[in-house]
Amino acid sequence: MKQDNVIIAEELSKTFGDFTAVNAISFKVKKGEIFGFLGANGAGKTTAMKMLIGISYPSSGKANVVGYDVFTQAESIKKNIGYMSQKFALYDDLTVKENIVFFGGIYGLKRSVIKVKSEALINELGLQEVANNLVSSLPLGWKQKIAFSVALLHDPKIIFLDEPTGGVDPITRRQFWEMIYKTAHNGTTVFVTTHYMDEAEYCDRVSIMVDGKIEALDTPKKLKEQFDADTMNDVFLKLARG
Amino acid sequence: MSILVKNISKSYGDLIALKNLTLEVKEGELFGLIGPDGAGKTSLFRILTTLLIADEGTATVGDFDVISEYKEIRNSVGYMPGQFSLYQDLTVEENLNFFATIFGTTVEENYDLIKDIYIQIEPFKNRRAGKLSGGMKQKLALCCALIHNPKVLFLDEPTTGVDPVSRKEFWEMLKRLQQKGITILVSTPYMDEAALCDRIALIQHGKILDIESPQRIVENFPKKIFNVKASNMYQLIKSLKSYENNYSVYPFGEFIHYTDKRENFSKEELKLYLESQNLSEITIESTHPTIEDVFMELTKE
Repeated sequence: MKQDNVIIAEELSKTFGDFTAVNAISFKVKKGEIFGFLGANGAGKTTAMKMLIGISYPSSGKANVVGYDVFTQAESIKKNIGYMSQKFALYDDLTVKENIVFFGGIYGLKRSVIKVKSEALINELGLQEVANNLVSSLPLGWKQKIAFSVALLHDPKIIFLDEPTGGVDPITRRQFWEMIYKTAHNGTTVFVTTHYMDEAEYCDRVSIMVDGKIEALDTPKKLKEQFDADTMNDVFLKLARG
Repeated sequence: MSILVKNISKSYGDLIALKNLTLEVKEGELFGLIGPDGAGKTSLFRILTTLLIADEGTATVGDFDVISEYKEIRNSVGYMPGQFSLYQDLTVEENLNFFATIFGTTVEENYDLIKDIYIQIEPFKNRRAGKLSGGMKQKLALCCALIHNPKVLFLDEPTTGVDPVSRKEFWEMLKRLQQKGITILVSTPYMDEAALCDRIALIQHGKILDIESPQRIVENFPKKIFNVKASNMYQLIKSLKSYENNYSVYPFGEFIHYTDKRENFSKEELKLYLESQNLSEITIESTHPTIEDVFMELTKE
């Protein structure tokens, strides 16, 4: 059934000149699933993700994200998804509160709704004391947790996380994953990239891209069986080293 | 050449980057600085490479003092900063020639040292550094840091954001360089890489938590660790956290690493509790601590 899948990609491709960055990938992501999108640097993950979030047109193929077509309804996709990147997530020279209000406004939430949501967010993350501090003064781990919550302000059906935990300390990294579990538990789909292979184990299903193609896609358990490996790290090394 | 750091402190305004830090890296050692962003790793690198002056304390690289003999240090160490400092609009070959010339040498003179690494990027020698992939930039930056045949190599997070395959290859390169007699100080936020070092310092908030060999660090872990697994991970985490005898509950790949407050912990009792929480397919097995377990124990609040 279509409404059970929040992403349906069919033969999705992207070429730059004579270079094929994404080569006819097909896959589906279910509602409420934690989907790990793995691959080596340069395998095409970022290009694929850009097409799915509606900021890059595919060269060929089809894709539907939360019920909208990536070719003709990119603007509707943007309104109904959340996105958090590692490089840019929050404005450093705005306070925590200002960032929340700013992003709430961008997503068209009413002032009254923003007020309620921002208080709830600040309480839940225990940020009362730093709510009026500049984001630049906060540790990276806090920023990433705030950025994640901000990306969920408008109750998107799916959230895309691009290496959300790079460089974050191990305890905060785990707290971040507990937030991911909770989000998925509440019905929001989580689409996540990471270079930490222990995090790949936390996903319901994992795809691994090699040179623009999806070379493997299954639950971590089945991938480990398929590649006769003890850990996802071994699966990754076997696949990507060929 | 060895590295000696004695009671080094450094602050930026109110922010304390390093607090009375002392460590020694022996000649020929592969030494890892392990800690998250903001731990103070980069400040220490910049002090040791003579690019930053500490507020307090002393440091020597070889027998040279980082302040009074900075010129000698600069000539004998290689430094690969976190954001690979390459000239984006010079080609691969031009970058390498440039760094060789600055140090008064030639690529040919020290080619043996970089050969293994350089041949991997040689097919792209006419490409501008700005157009290289992350993995290739990393290799070029390492070549540039090595081209004057340094005695000590400083590598600040060389593998951050790099995929597991390239990371593994990079560490294999480091091991080969160590065999050539180069002392290496390397920092990383990836705890699994710590096991590949001779000795490591765990660092957070500008302070050293522990310095030991990776084997000793895990041997000193004070608790028994159990791998716990059940059908529903999210529910399992919640249930373990509300278990009154839990000391720590951390997801670790497909398992939860669980430690108990009590000396005489009973697996059966925990299993019964989890079953009462409507969890199924429960397994509880003892396991060995990893460096990440140790790090979390030392930073636990």
